[in-house]
Amino acid sequence: MKNQLSIRGVSRVFVSPKGQKTQALTPVDFDVRENDFVTILGPSGCGKSTLLRIVAGLDHPTAGTVLLDGQKVEGPGADRGMVFQSYTLFPWLTIEQNIRFGLRERGMPEAQQKERADYFIAKVGLRGFEQHFPKQLSGGMQQRTAIARALANDPKILLLDEPFGALDNQTRVLMQELLLGIWESAQKTVLFVTHDIDEAIFMANRVAVFSARPGRIKTEIAVNFPHPRHYTIKTSPEFMAIKAQLTEEIRAESMAADVH
Amino acid sequence: MTAPAAPERPRRRSLAPLEPVSPRTQWLLGLGFFVLFFTVWGVFTLGGLVSPTFLASPVTMAREGWLLFTEFNFIHDIGMTVWRVFGGFLLAAVIAVPLGIAMGAHKGLEAFLEPFVSFCRYLPASAFIPLLILWAGIGELQKVLVIFIGSVFQILLMVAVAVGSARKDLVEAAYTLGAQPSGIVKRVLIPGAAPEIAEILRLVLGWAWTYVIVAELIGSSSGIGHMITDSQSLLNTGQIIFGIIVIGLIGLISDFAFKALNRRLFAWSSL
Repeated sequence: MKNQLSIRGVSRVFVSPKGQKTQALTPVDFDVRENDFVTILGPSGCGKSTLLRIVAGLDHPTAGTVLLDGQKVEGPGADRGMVFQSYTLFPWLTIEQNIRFGLRERGMPEAQQKERADYFIAKVGLRGFEQHFPKQLSGGMQQRTAIARALANDPKILLLDEPFGALDNQTRVLMQELLLGIWESAQKTVLFVTHDIDEAIFMANRVAVFSARPGRIKTEIAVNFPHPRHYTIKTSPEFMAIKAQLTEEIRAESMAADVH
Repeated sequence: MTAPAAPERPRRRSLAPLEPVSPRTQWLLGLGFFVLFFTVWGVFTLGGLVSPTFLASPVTMAREGWLLFTEFNFIHDIGMTVWRVFGGFLLAAVIAVPLGIAMGAHKGLEAFLEPFVSFCRYLPASAFIPLLILWAGIGELQKVLVIFIGSVFQILLMVAVAVGSARKDLVEAAYTLGAQPSGIVKRVLIPGAAPEIAEILRLVLGWAWTYVIVAELIGSSSGIGHMITDSQSLLNTGQIIFGIIVIGLIGLISDFAFKALNRRLFAWSSL
């Protein structure tokens, strides 16, 4: 399989209004193959979200380039769908209208918009809530809508920035299974940022561990559990072994981050 | 060892902070103050504690009010005042709302206009009356322009702030869904700020009412403000108070109507 996303020497330096410089990312080189599911794991504040935002085109690298199918990323676009940690549904639109937002922006005919929205509403289990407003839904349902909204646009790659970070543990586990189920049935390239080790292993074919700030990719670990995955693998010895290894890696980085 | 139990104290929930009251109680309490107000007023005037030359009693006020409608065609004055308020206010809104949205959305335009508008905002509309009489005469245009000057800068600034404080994450989400800059303004910034813009218009309409009376006090031959000046020269405090109360009532009605409309239009924002 070919590389769909290529991150080439991407670094990011933030300059405060007083001129103070903070290196958020040291040059990162990273590739994601087509239809791969990659998680980026790292302690908070390590720059992993910055990297994701640069891929999305919402932030600009200080140096380096991001290529998607060989095309240089210059700004945000519909070919890179994004799900944020905060609830970003448009509060004035119903669930169905939210999912149709991108399709409408693109000028897709009404009937086709409706058909696609219906398909993804069913896919994330929100049948019956089409006409509800976001505030009438729980956090988990809102994030399911956000996933459906991003997928309805049929992006080349789906970017997720700790999408389940604000949810309670039980809901988070169910959401992981839902997203993984969708990925297993409809192949899609996914780049998923998280600080949750279990989540990173369970979802991914490959886990990239980020170092403490200034961020860089420290190690990559392949996760070779077959698909479809069942949640019971989380208690298997193989899973535990990977978890133990990643725990050590992350612990070292969190302590390093604490010193600064 | 267990800690000694705190003495049971019956809690008066109705006095607890932020404790809601039932709609019926709310209504009764609101009405209660009006009753209290008229009672105190009645005691002072009818009880002879204040000279009728300076303050008419509620009874005199009601009689004078009746006379105003039957003898002096007061309904025409009310109509003139209402039309001036809405004329000036609508003119201001039609110009200030789109321009305010553009200022809020485009920081360059905001940097260009904001300092001037902030300056104009503090110019008292009533101080323009002499100038406006010079420029526009004492006709309708002058009254409408007073309302316009009093409203347009306020709406502009507040709408610009409302649009400019849009949620950044919603704008970013829209970009990742393929929205173009014009789509961001039309389908994210405007709908997001719409409830607040409606509230701003409701607020400024209230202020417009205060300007119109000042505009009518000078160089006017009709309107509630004109009636008040006329009554002053006749020392008819009953008519003056009745005029003031009518203004209050019209303001209250338009405010209720505006609120109800906003609630209907923007049901999502009060969920």
